[in-house]
Amino acid sequence: MNRERQLELLRLLEEDGRRTAEQIARLMAVPVAEVEETIATLEREKVIVNYPALINWELVDDHPYVTAMIDVKVTPKRDVGFDEVADRICRFPEVQAVYLMSGVSYDLSVVLEGKTMREVATFVSQKLATLDSVVSTATHFILKRYKHDGIQFEDRDEDRRMVVTP
Amino acid sequence: MSQNTAVRNRLSQTVASLKPSGIRRFFDLAASMEGVISLGVGEPDFVTPWRVREACISSLERGYTAYTSNAGMLELRKEIHKYLEERFAVSYHPEREMLITVGASEAIDIALRAIVDPGDEVLVVEPCYVSYEPVIRLAGGVPVFLRTNAEQQFKLTPEELEAHISPRTKAIIFCYPNNPTGSTMTAEEWKRLLPVIEKHDLLVISDEIYAELTYGRRHESIAALPGMKDRTILISGFSKAFAMTGWRLGYVCASPDLLTGMLKIHQYTMLCAPVMAQMAALEALRHGQEDMERMVESYRQRRNFVVQGFQEIGLACHEPEGAFYAFPSIRSTGLDAAQFAEGLLMEEKVAVVPGDVFGDCGKGHIRCSYATSLDQLQKALERIGRFVQKQ
Repeated sequence: MNRERQLELLRLLEEDGRRTAEQIARLMAVPVAEVEETIATLEREKVIVNYPALINWELVDDHPYVTAMIDVKVTPKRDVGFDEVADRICRFPEVQAVYLMSGVSYDLSVVLEGKTMREVATFVSQKLATLDSVVSTATHFILKRYKHDGIQFEDRDEDRRMVVTP
Repeated sequence: MSQNTAVRNRLSQTVASLKPSGIRRFFDLAASMEGVISLGVGEPDFVTPWRVREACISSLERGYTAYTSNAGMLELRKEIHKYLEERFAVSYHPEREMLITVGASEAIDIALRAIVDPGDEVLVVEPCYVSYEPVIRLAGGVPVFLRTNAEQQFKLTPEELEAHISPRTKAIIFCYPNNPTGSTMTAEEWKRLLPVIEKHDLLVISDEIYAELTYGRRHESIAALPGMKDRTILISGFSKAFAMTGWRLGYVCASPDLLTGMLKIHQYTMLCAPVMAQMAALEALRHGQEDMERMVESYRQRRNFVVQGFQEIGLACHEPEGAFYAFPSIRSTGLDAAQFAEGLLMEEKVAVVPGDVFGDCGKGHIRCSYATSLDQLQKALERIGRFVQKQ
C-alpha cells in the first residue's frame, strides 16, 4: 500500500479503532488482505502503538478520578540529560503522560491520574518530589475536560438539515 | 371563475405554468414521519468548519456590516482567481471577469437572463439539477433536453449534442460532477464535444459547484480547454466544498461583455452578496484547504461503501466519480422510481429521491445522497435491502 493510502488507513483507525479490516477495505475500496497486511506492518513498526478507547469518565457514575498536570523542574545529568529521570517517572502506573517542554520555567510536564486529590498529592510529595533529580513541582488539577485527543466531549453540532433537499 | 383560473390571472403565465418541484412532495411526506433515515439531502452533513464560522463572527465584531461593491469584495475575487488558477488551471480576471453572487443559484439565473432572448433554446444535459428548466423558462428561453444514460456513465456525447441543435440554440448548461448522478467528464471527453460547440457557436454554462468533490483525479473544467474560456460562463460557490450551504455564496466567471450584462441584473436585484458570507468565504479559501480535504476524503470513503452496498443488494449502480450522490437503477424491482421511493419511505423509513425528478432519463433510478454518517448509511442499506427483497 502506498504512503497516501497508508495515511488514509491510519486516519480511519484513529477515527474509530474498532473498525475491522473488512470495513476499512470497503471504505478504501481495496482488498481485505491488503488492509490486514498493512495493519500488521504498521503495528510491527510501532506506527500503530495501541487501540485505546477515549472515555469521558465524568459521565460514568461511581468512578471518581482526578487528573493533574504537574510542572516538574529537574536537574539534567551528564550524558543522559533529562531522559533518565523522565524514564523513571514514566514507569509509575499512575503517570499517564510525560513531556519534555521548551520555553517554560519547568522541564517536564507530567500528567497524572488518581482516585482522589489526596492520592495525587501523596504521589507527588512522596514519589515524584523525592526523586534525586527533581528540584521542584507545581500541581494543577483539571476541573473539566472540554476536548481531548482532538475530540470535543460536548459537541453541540447537531444535524440541522431538512430531511429532503434539492 | 374557478379558483385556478383566478390564480392564473394573477400570476404571470410563465410562472403559473411552472411545475412544482418533484422533491417537495417527498419532503412534506418525509418531514411528517418520525425516525426517517434521510438519503434525500443535497448538502454536506458537515457543519461549516469552525475557522470559517469564527472568521465571520470576528468580522461582525469588527463592524463589517455594510454593502460591498456590486461585484463583491475585490479581495475575495482575487482570492478566487488564485484558487481557480491553482486548483483547475482556469484564469478569469478578478476585476473584469468575476462576480460574487448569492449562491451558485443566483449565478445560474443571471447567466441565463443575461444571454437568453425570448424563444432562444438552451440545451440541458439530463439528468440535471431541478432548477435548470424553470430558470430557463423564467428567462424566456426554451429548454431542450439532452439525454445521458447509465451505460455511458451519464456523460454527454457529441452525437447527442449535435442532434438537438437548431438555429435557435443559444447555449448549453450542465453540471459536472453531476447532481444527481455523480458522473464527471475527463479532459478527453470534453475535447470530443468542442468541435460541435465551436461549429454552432454555443455559449456554455458550466455549473462546477461540485468541482472539489471529484474523486481520484483533478476536476477538469471545460473553461480550461483551448478556446473555451471566452464562450464559457463558469459558475461555482462555497456550498458543497466548504460545507457552506446556508451562507448562500457563489460566483460567476465570464468574459467582460457577458459579465457586464450579468452585473446589471445582479445590481438591480441583489445589489451585492452579504458581506459576512464574503468574509467567511475569504477565510475558507485562505485557510480552509485542510478542512475541505478531510471532508472530501470522507465522502470518497462513503461513496465506496454505498456503491458496494447497492451492488450487494442487487441494484446496479455505476461508480460516481464526484459529488455525493449514488444513482442506482431500481428497474430490477419492477417498480418505477416514485413507487420505489414512496414504498421505501412508508415501509422502511428511508428517504431517497426518485430519479425522474431530475429529468426523464432519470427514470428507473433513485438519487441517494451519501452525505450522512456511516452508521446511518449502514442502516439505510440494510433497510433498502429488506425492501428490495420484498418486491
